[in-house]
Amino acid sequence: MADHGDHGVNDFAFKVATVNGTGSASANGLLLQALFRMGIPVTGKNVFPSNIQGLPTWYEIRVNKDGYTARSPDFQLVVAMNPQSYARDIEDVASGGWILYDSTRKLDDEFRRDDVSFIGVPLADMCVENFEGSRTRILMKNITYVGALVALLDIDMDIVKGMLQQKFSNKQHLMDANFQAIEMGHAYVQEHYDCPLPIRLEGMNATADHVMINGNTAAALGCVYAGATVGAWYPITPSTSLMDGFSQYCARLRVDPQSGKNNYCVIQAEDELAAAGMVIGASWMGARAFTPTSGPGISLMSEFIGLAYYAEIPGVFFNVQRTGPSTGMPTRTQQGDLMMCTYASHGDTKHIALFPADPKECFEFAVAAFDLAERFQTPTFVVSDLDIGMNDWMIPRLEWDDSYVPDRGKVLSAEELEAAESFYRYLDVDGDHVAYRTLPGVHPKGAYFTRGSGHDKYGRYTEGSTEYMEVVDRLLAKVESAGDHVPAPEVHQGSQPTEWGVISLGGCHWAVLEARDDLAEQGIAMDYLRVRGFPFNETVERFLEEHDRVVVIEQNRDEQLRKLITIETNCPKDKLLSITYYGGQPLSKGHVLDGLAEWIPELAGSEPGEDTSGGDVEPDPLIADAAS
Amino acid sequence: MSYIKKPAARHPKMPTNAIGLTPRDYEGSMSTLCAGCGHDSVTAALIQAFFELAVEPHRLVKISGIGCSAKTPTYFVSEAHGFNSVHGRMPSVAAGANAANRDLLYVGISGDGDSLSIGLGQFCHAIRRNVNLLYVLENNGVYGLTKGQFSASADIGSLSKGGVANRQGPIDPVNLALSLGATFVARSFSGDKDQLVPILMAGMRHQGFAFIDVISPCVTFNDHRGSTKSYAHTRAHMHEVIETDFVPLRAEIRTKYDEGEVKAVMLHDGSTVRLRKTDPDYDPSNRRAVLDYLGATAARGEVATGLLYIEGTNEDMHSFENTVERPLVDVPYDVLCPGSAALDAIQEEWR
Repeated sequence: MADHGDHGVNDFAFKVATVNGTGSASANGLLLQALFRMGIPVTGKNVFPSNIQGLPTWYEIRVNKDGYTARSPDFQLVVAMNPQSYARDIEDVASGGWILYDSTRKLDDEFRRDDVSFIGVPLADMCVENFEGSRTRILMKNITYVGALVALLDIDMDIVKGMLQQKFSNKQHLMDANFQAIEMGHAYVQEHYDCPLPIRLEGMNATADHVMINGNTAAALGCVYAGATVGAWYPITPSTSLMDGFSQYCARLRVDPQSGKNNYCVIQAEDELAAAGMVIGASWMGARAFTPTSGPGISLMSEFIGLAYYAEIPGVFFNVQRTGPSTGMPTRTQQGDLMMCTYASHGDTKHIALFPADPKECFEFAVAAFDLAERFQTPTFVVSDLDIGMNDWMIPRLEWDDSYVPDRGKVLSAEELEAAESFYRYLDVDGDHVAYRTLPGVHPKGAYFTRGSGHDKYGRYTEGSTEYMEVVDRLLAKVESAGDHVPAPEVHQGSQPTEWGVISLGGCHWAVLEARDDLAEQGIAMDYLRVRGFPFNETVERFLEEHDRVVVIEQNRDEQLRKLITIETNCPKDKLLSITYYGGQPLSKGHVLDGLAEWIPELAGSEPGEDTSGGDVEPDPLIADAAS
Repeated sequence: MSYIKKPAARHPKMPTNAIGLTPRDYEGSMSTLCAGCGHDSVTAALIQAFFELAVEPHRLVKISGIGCSAKTPTYFVSEAHGFNSVHGRMPSVAAGANAANRDLLYVGISGDGDSLSIGLGQFCHAIRRNVNLLYVLENNGVYGLTKGQFSASADIGSLSKGGVANRQGPIDPVNLALSLGATFVARSFSGDKDQLVPILMAGMRHQGFAFIDVISPCVTFNDHRGSTKSYAHTRAHMHEVIETDFVPLRAEIRTKYDEGEVKAVMLHDGSTVRLRKTDPDYDPSNRRAVLDYLGATAARGEVATGLLYIEGTNEDMHSFENTVERPLVDVPYDVLCPGSAALDAIQEEWR
């Protein structure tokens, strides 16, 4: 047997290459869930085309007994079901690995490699023999490769069958077909190959307190729990499933039992401009309102975001980032909108932004975003990305504190207005930079004119320099004061500061953590701070001061986080080094280690340069954009 | 500037309405528009309409985009909540506000630039969405604030102040509203308050999207000879197709029309619109026939006015959305939050 590195029991990665639109997603979901139910830490990454049917698609699964969940482009096994992408898929298997393929058609010699093992299973033939109808045959081919993997990887067959039973409890004929396919694939490899492979699974107990979920669904649920009632949106990959999730959970949890009517309103707008307008209209009226979108949507919404900032209207904007600029790569991930979100719109603006690292934080930060938006009366961003939003993540169970009370900010009630001598919308009565707000229809004394044109602190139209500056200066102070209220940075450090520090954000976290542990094993300690919110606060400033060199790790070309830090803190620019990866795949530890090796001589040469090309998908000029 | 307050003096014999307010209580700040602007007459008609409807000022929401028309919400009902939003986007702000609080009364003020150029998309979709809103389009065929460019409603051959003829075909908002399924479509003239006021009142009471295109001449940039949106041209070519009377709920019927020639349409709240046709063949409840009729009058160079099309309906955006009757802003948080037990149950499905 060839060398398969350190990989073995409960520690390897594999990917399934199929054609999109053939039903492989449910087979892959079944696999992922089965491993999770075996109690083994597992992550799934769906690498899909911007297309509905017929183009190559991949599903990557990493199992790791130590709980590392970052993407690993180091595949020990590839299930090659798509002849269109054979060349690339077979090339992607690590030396010593395995390739499971459909041997109905003989594999061309050009694909053969000497350093990997080929496992041929005549999947198409078997399905033609055993099932009727072309659609069923295609679907069952997927389940048959799952059966083969059950044998090869030693997946618990009872768990897989239990899941099929659960799924098809009302459809006996489908359950029978699925059982037959699973058994068929299993029996074939048992008979023809040594099973299991050295990379295999053993049941653990590491997932009992966890769930498997994607960030968009978790964020949607966060909106439900935050008490959001109005959602407006325009469909855009990769954010669409957020509003789908909100609608589905609301249909379950938010329908008035007496009348059968909805305690929520979801409006599919004509474009992102209108979606933003609706959020602002609803928030102005006093509802908790939000919109999920991606970078191109924020570009369009920027006009309204400036209005909301200046007229001080709350609103929650989810940006599930994808690869830009322009239409970019709609089904690939990036952190390319950091600058745009924090300073969206013309003129002097600055916005609160939260950076979740996983679906758990998507849920928590969704709730926090509504509190911050209302407390500071300003648009607030939850800046997620495709990897967090759409992929399946293993996360600790979400928790909810039933004593939570929404922070609605400084809103005057009818009674308070009745008793008040006067009300001026933009007057800083308490000296905390936040003025009192009224809601339409509550009391005649609360009426004022909301406008995006120049206004003074009394809410009156102005073209006067002093009056104008007084208001915008307060706005700056107001948003900056939010730095102490956004989720605090997560700091990983020992008792003494290390010479070098690392700053990162969002979904980079998991690769950074893994790389940092690797470094520690080599005796290199490195403090690490994960930014979770903007504006930055004192903790970020202190971390920068305490370290001689700080490496900023992020997923965009232009070092946007590094630039934000240079703009918003006192840190000298030359103290900040940068590691960027922006190829569209989630970050993996190799990106971090290779980047650090540039400056840390101990690292260079100690590790064989891991493939950090990201296992990028072969560019296909025929890919038609359907997901923008 | 528009925050200049008018003196609070009031004539002792000034009439009061059902809630004890006088017409003065429906006024706003002093207008800063040009003297003689058609928009100021529309504002005056709105003030009268709100007074006669006895609208509670703070229950009224007035929303606009950008432009001369967009300034006017400051000139009426100062105790109403106003929102001067961004150019062409008033419909979306109104839709969001209405989604959150369906109990308030909504009036949107727009212009031909705001609605037919930059905001054409939002205008169309607000109609399709059937937002419960009176949408007033103050139409003068010209961009006033930027000093006289043609707007998308300018007729072919209409001359600019500098004598240049417009060559692009106009977008007719009435035609558009009818084609997109609006259930209340009217056209009027800022110089005809008798016609305008009852239509505005009926529009406020209509459930769903109520549209009124008001020819409202721009005295500074488009009131010259050769303009088809001038006072003189509009007066000469205006053709009142249908006379409108609005009868509030439980009010005594005091109509000037003979019963025989009147068509009565009951509105959502029980009030009635009474329409008298000046053309015996005109049927304001037949959308296709109205479109044909308007096509013919337009071809003759006439401006057909009146409450041109109406459907008595109980439908609006909330009917599609199946939203609760109670405004969403009034639903208590404990009804909205499913709680920790529900979260645990949901997460069982994620394992």
